[in-house]
Amino acid sequence: MIEFHLDSRSGLSPYMQLVRQVRQALRLGVLSEGEQLPTVKDVVAQLAINPNTVLKAYRELEHEGLVAARPGVGTFVTATLTDTSLAAHGPLRQELRRWLAKARRAGLDDESIEALFMTTFRTAAQEDIA
Amino acid sequence: MTTLLRADGLGLSYGRRWALSDCTLDVPTGRVVGLVGPNGAGKTTLLNLAVGMLTPSSGTIEVLGGRPGASTAQLAKVGFVAQGTPTYPGLSVEEHLRLGARLNPGWDDALARGRIGRLGLDLSHRAGKLSGGQRAQLALTLGLAKRPELLILDEPVASLDPLARREFLQDLMEAVAEQELSVVLSSHLISDLERVCDYVIVLVASRVQLVGDIDTLLATHHRLTGPRRDPARLPSDQQVISASHTDRQSTFLVRTEAPIHDPHWTVSELSLEDLVLAYMGHTGSDRGTGPPGQAGHRPTLEVLQ
Repeated sequence: MIEFHLDSRSGLSPYMQLVRQVRQALRLGVLSEGEQLPTVKDVVAQLAINPNTVLKAYRELEHEGLVAARPGVGTFVTATLTDTSLAAHGPLRQELRRWLAKARRAGLDDESIEALFMTTFRTAAQEDIA
Repeated sequence: MTTLLRADGLGLSYGRRWALSDCTLDVPTGRVVGLVGPNGAGKTTLLNLAVGMLTPSSGTIEVLGGRPGASTAQLAKVGFVAQGTPTYPGLSVEEHLRLGARLNPGWDDALARGRIGRLGLDLSHRAGKLSGGQRAQLALTLGLAKRPELLILDEPVASLDPLARREFLQDLMEAVAEQELSVVLSSHLISDLERVCDYVIVLVASRVQLVGDIDTLLATHHRLTGPRRDPARLPSDQQVISASHTDRQSTFLVRTEAPIHDPHWTVSELSLEDLVLAYMGHTGSDRGTGPPGQAGHRPTLEVLQ
């Protein structure tokens, strides 16, 4: 079982924070197939958040095929993220390192790199939605 | 989906002064609704109209399909915890529970006694001797044990310390999860509402400035920062909520359903607090281009982290 926490400064909506924490736990192997997520009531009582927020996060995870709700019992993990994505981390990190080295050679400092990354990331994310 | 709260041209005047005017709302059930606004904006007036303690001077209001306070059935459907979570100081906790059982047809005594037990309150204690947090919890217990479909709370946590505030909201949210309860709560602190509410009504100077599902509102509002630009040259589907300019740069807060593709803008997302504050400054049409709250009357809203 995992425990959720909320960071009010993260700029992410509470529901998105819950979704990410489950994904993160799956990636790191903290949660594995068959394990139960905390019940809505437990999360609500622990974090003082709206039950709809928790339901929305769980629905999103269900939609992604990561968990399944068993009515009257709870929500259970049905998939794992560890094997597939962990394997891809290495090569992606190397590419990113090469890109970072290139950006530094071009004279970009930390802040410019971050700004460039974030604007590109956001634009790409928006184009995906559109 | 049924309607929790519907108001049409609702207004209330005290003599010549309008405490609430031209209020039109349609809030669905199953929500936890946050009513925000500076002190004196009309929050308490709206809540008192919703429970039937006040009668509208103009327009109509309907709560769960009925006129507030019109019948015993209507009264049983709506629970109300007034400002300052009032209790009877001379009565004991036990006497409060007995009073609740007498006055409310749907009283859930097991729920009330279970909660009092969990809170560790002594039944023989007089309410006047309880701490602020305990008194608020007693008032919440009475409101919940009534088993209403809608619980209305007017500034329930305003006078509580951070720990008591947190415990109160935890218990309230637990009840929402367990009892399929809709909630309307007012606060002048946005930080209180950010976690617990999924719907917001912003009242400023007796008028509704913004209303809607919080996630939808956050998804349709953006902050655009970029080279200086005349607001008239923004696409027509982008409604400008606030704008500020330096000699080179413009910052707009816009509302739009469409994604923003203009590469000149750096688009950033807003928090509920940013959004509410922008609308609090957006009180008149005479101020299209100034930053919010700079000209004229500035509403005060406390922002705590």
